[in-house]
Amino acid sequence: MGKAWLLAATVVLAVASLFSGVTPLTPADVLKGLSDVQVRVLVLSRIPRLMSILLAGMSMSVCGLIMQRLAQNRFVSPTTAGTLDATRLGILVSMLFFGAAPPLVRMLVAFSFAWLATWAFMRMLERIKLRDPVFIPLAGMMYGSIIGSAATYVAVQYDLVQNVSSWLLGDFSLMMRGRYELLYAVVPALVLAYLYANQFTIAGMGEDVATNLGLSYRAVVNLGLGIVAATTAVVVVTVGTLPFLGLIVPNLVSILWGDNLRRHLPVTVLLGAVVTLACDLLGRWLIFPYEIPINVTLGVLGSVMFLFLIVRRTAYAG
Amino acid sequence: MVEAHAIVKRYGPKTVLDQVSVAVQPGQLTSFIGPNGAGKSTLLSIMTRLVPADSGEVRLDGRPLSRYDSRELARRISVLRQFNHVPLRLTVRELVSFGRFPYSQGRLTKADEAAVERALAAMELEDIQHKLLDQLSGGQRQRAFIAMVIAQETDYVFLDEPLNNVDMKHTVQVMKLLRRLVEEEGRSVVVVMHDVNLAAYYSDRVVALKEGCVAFDGPARDVMEPATLKDVFDIEVAVGEVHSCRVCVYFAEAAQLLANGRAAQDVVVPGLR
Repeated sequence: MGKAWLLAATVVLAVASLFSGVTPLTPADVLKGLSDVQVRVLVLSRIPRLMSILLAGMSMSVCGLIMQRLAQNRFVSPTTAGTLDATRLGILVSMLFFGAAPPLVRMLVAFSFAWLATWAFMRMLERIKLRDPVFIPLAGMMYGSIIGSAATYVAVQYDLVQNVSSWLLGDFSLMMRGRYELLYAVVPALVLAYLYANQFTIAGMGEDVATNLGLSYRAVVNLGLGIVAATTAVVVVTVGTLPFLGLIVPNLVSILWGDNLRRHLPVTVLLGAVVTLACDLLGRWLIFPYEIPINVTLGVLGSVMFLFLIVRRTAYAG
Repeated sequence: MVEAHAIVKRYGPKTVLDQVSVAVQPGQLTSFIGPNGAGKSTLLSIMTRLVPADSGEVRLDGRPLSRYDSRELARRISVLRQFNHVPLRLTVRELVSFGRFPYSQGRLTKADEAAVERALAAMELEDIQHKLLDQLSGGQRQRAFIAMVIAQETDYVFLDEPLNNVDMKHTVQVMKLLRRLVEEEGRSVVVVMHDVNLAAYYSDRVVALKEGCVAFDGPARDVMEPATLKDVFDIEVAVGEVHSCRVCVYFAEAAQLLANGRAAQDVVVPGLR
């Protein structure tokens, strides 16, 4: 099992994604020459959808990986550290106070909330020192629920419940030209993650080892949190929440390959793309011509995987 | 020379180090010994900038540590602390390679690879270099971490109880290697340890701490006096010689025999002679 297989799977699924949908469009049509309608569907809808799946899937997986290194816990991810909930609260607040602000402003507010909540969670981890690694994601989910209930409360007050719940669901069916381009903002975050991959691995060995090797532990943690918060904000603002993705992909990579972040970042990115593509396609095929949002397919797959990881933790998690 | 000058460290109401001054001479193997809670590990952590002191100063070649650039310092002083519970699935070789980080920032050059090879060979880890850390025994993992610090090729190497979890054979191997670092490469090694016999035999100098103060600081051989050891550890210790190597026996029988008025030399385990 290696990069080549993952790359092949990504390509196959990406092609399948391009040619799945209500408007008939097959690879054979491409060879024969496309009609105007088909070209428009491809350019306005299918390609944007594919690109947003790839960008969101890859970046959320890397986010999880960075968070797990920094927290030194395998079960920490945007889903289990309050990051997603805080991002939603941030979006709500920006809607309330900045009205019809452009997506960029909304994203900045969401980023600030995501950063603050994740930072606070990390500081809490340093303080409480829960010995059992499984308690940390559970505490994180409670923490997330508290933030989420604050969001719901505000939403009820301002009659925005439906808006909030629509951001709850990650969904690629609305990704069209003009609505997904903000997602390209995750590319610099991915590049940064790759450049500083070694630093994140070293930080994952603890503050003492990092200091011994001449690294500023705090600076690395802050950089990591910045990458995570920015990426989560961008993805939630454009696509919605992709639960558990940042949890299952890095854990699968760790089980199959190991924890050297620099070396295994490419497989993490590819596996993130494969899982997201597969879940999206599943949602598109199961009740064709209708769709199940990826939030649901990923949620089911992710929670099963999460349980599996918890059960095998005695043998494996640190 | 690494000097700790008038170091004070308190944790809450407890004073862990009280005006401690110690100078680590270059080209020597120095051991810190003392009972639990005497402040050995804290002193080691302060001397390697892992823990800040409440007052006092640590200097490397006359310049305070705080005035060094952190990357430059990482090429002069390396340190390995006691509990290296790293839940990462890294191979031994990957871990040791991180020791070169202060030089290469992760992109290993030929020279870095050579240093990694030397460190792996020194700790006899070549056979298991591609194994993951979580597949190793406690002792193997400990040796892998020591190899990482050795690969760092610093003038000063500080190790906090490196012999934890290491069996007899590898204990000797580690101590011999540390001696070689001192004698052949002119590096300076500071080790916190509990085994007084090993400390006295392999070190050039021993610093004994007790309740946050220096109780003894001198040539390793001189620490092997019943009165000194009793003062440091608060138990009766018998000292004898085996092949002109001073050893002490500190468990119950030794104290018993001393109480019975027998000479210290007779207490030495007869089978060794």
